Amino acid sequence: MNLNYLFDPAHWNLEDGSIPLLILSHLWYVVLALIIGTIIALPIGLYIGHTGRGSFLAINAGNAGRSLPTLGLLMLMVTLLGLGLTPVLIALTVLVIPPILTSAYAGMRSLDPRVVDAARGMGMRPWQVLTKVELPMALPVLISGFRSAALQVVATATVAAAVGLNGLGRLLIDGLAVNDYSRVLAGAIVVAVLAVLLDLVLALAQRWIVSPGLR
Amino acid sequence: MRTRIAVAGLAVLFSLAACGANDDPLSKDAGGGSSTSSSTVTIGSANFAESELLAEIYAQALEAKKVQVKRQFNIGARELYLKALQDGSIDLLPEYNGALLSALAKGGAPQGVTTPDQVLAELKKVLPSGTEVLEQSAAEDKDTLTVTSDTATKYNLKTIDDLKPVANQLTIGAGPEWQERYQGLKGLKELYGLQFKTFKPLDAGGPLTVNALVKNQIQVGNIFSTDSSIATNKFVVLDDPKNLYLAENIIPLIRSTSNNPTVSGALNAVSAKLTTENLTTYLAKVQVDKQDTAAVAKAFLSENGLS
Repeated sequence: MNLNYLFDPAHWNLEDGSIPLLILSHLWYVVLALIIGTIIALPIGLYIGHTGRGSFLAINAGNAGRSLPTLGLLMLMVTLLGLGLTPVLIALTVLVIPPILTSAYAGMRSLDPRVVDAARGMGMRPWQVLTKVELPMALPVLISGFRSAALQVVATATVAAAVGLNGLGRLLIDGLAVNDYSRVLAGAIVVAVLAVLLDLVLALAQRWIVSPGLR
Repeated sequence: MRTRIAVAGLAVLFSLAACGANDDPLSKDAGGGSSTSSSTVTIGSANFAESELLAEIYAQALEAKKVQVKRQFNIGARELYLKALQDGSIDLLPEYNGALLSALAKGGAPQGVTTPDQVLAELKKVLPSGTEVLEQSAAEDKDTLTVTSDTATKYNLKTIDDLKPVANQLTIGAGPEWQERYQGLKGLKELYGLQFKTFKPLDAGGPLTVNALVKNQIQVGNIFSTDSSIATNKFVVLDDPKNLYLAENIIPLIRSTSNNPTVSGALNAVSAKLTTENLTTYLAKVQVDKQDTAAVAKAFLSENGLS
């Protein structure tokens, strides 16, 4: 096993199956899953945190979602829906939802109730309390949940290759199938580097988004 | 925060580079076991239903002859279990002559070697020292190109040759290794001149491939010839007139230290009774009817007078 595959310039051109194109398709799955997962989980998490209702459901749904094996779910979805992007997105979205849901809930519950009370006392409407006080103050926790969702999904999106799609899993699965460990190693390194870079970008975004008073 | 992450990233890279310095990760003692006492025969199998069924048949055939048997099934792919055989963790395995030859011979099976006898002769030249094969059975489980009956009627397909004018409209699905194997896309192109529209890397003749064929997401699939899904779904197996696929007769692979007349007698008797037809029937009992492997193996032996 060595780094030959990773550093072979032929694998960095823009032809089919090259590393840059696999990175792009990989990121495409990751971004789609994160967007869909956030659209689903964020409002539910905020609602539960804001009202305090249904927290039992949030915590348990979150934990149940975490324990679902992604590969098993993916195979089930492929059996039901056939090959394609949809089963992969469903499996990855299920992975994204729990951390975002629970962090939105936890972020909202961690607020000092006196601050919320003061906001109400100033005559803010519930919507204003949510968008101007609760949400900005919950952001650090919320973003850390989003970051852990992003890390998980960037590593797990490799399963897409198990059902004939692209993504960096192609390097792992094809490499294993033909005993090319140099290719497997290249896939593992690129996924790891991608995960670290993505987390760095999100850390910078967090710095930029979160109000200076909360740091 | 930023530096911490960067440091963590570097640490990950270094540890990966460090494992890059080692050789093949599977070369380290896979089983970790030393060989068991010489009177016990440890039987292994690959990680798919047919291999386990055959291993169980071997086990019960040996037990009927009062040989002590230990079962070590579901080990994994050939790369793994061959290492376990060589280090003595297991003593006996059901194998396929063609696939074993392709795995052992440098650069794969020699071209032109396709019939069972040719394959066996070549195989005996390349077996690892300390191992031998017993008599091979008539039962074969080979790679096939398979289409649905609709596709076969639509394009009038009977052999792989018939695909030539239409291959550029068809998607083919198989294990990812097909992209680089001679017994895959390369051979199909060189021997039959086939250039498919796209290749979908799926599983080796498993449920993904079957499902994709049924849903017409691929039109041509690599299915193993004993797979009961061929009959269940009324698939059409295309003939291979140019013998791209090697013979794949089932053959016991055994460590020489475990081989004695009792053992070889029992296993050769099994091989004499195994045919592609009865293997397909009994495998369907496991795969379709979900019967217990041990019970199916027992039924096979008693119906063939071997128990």
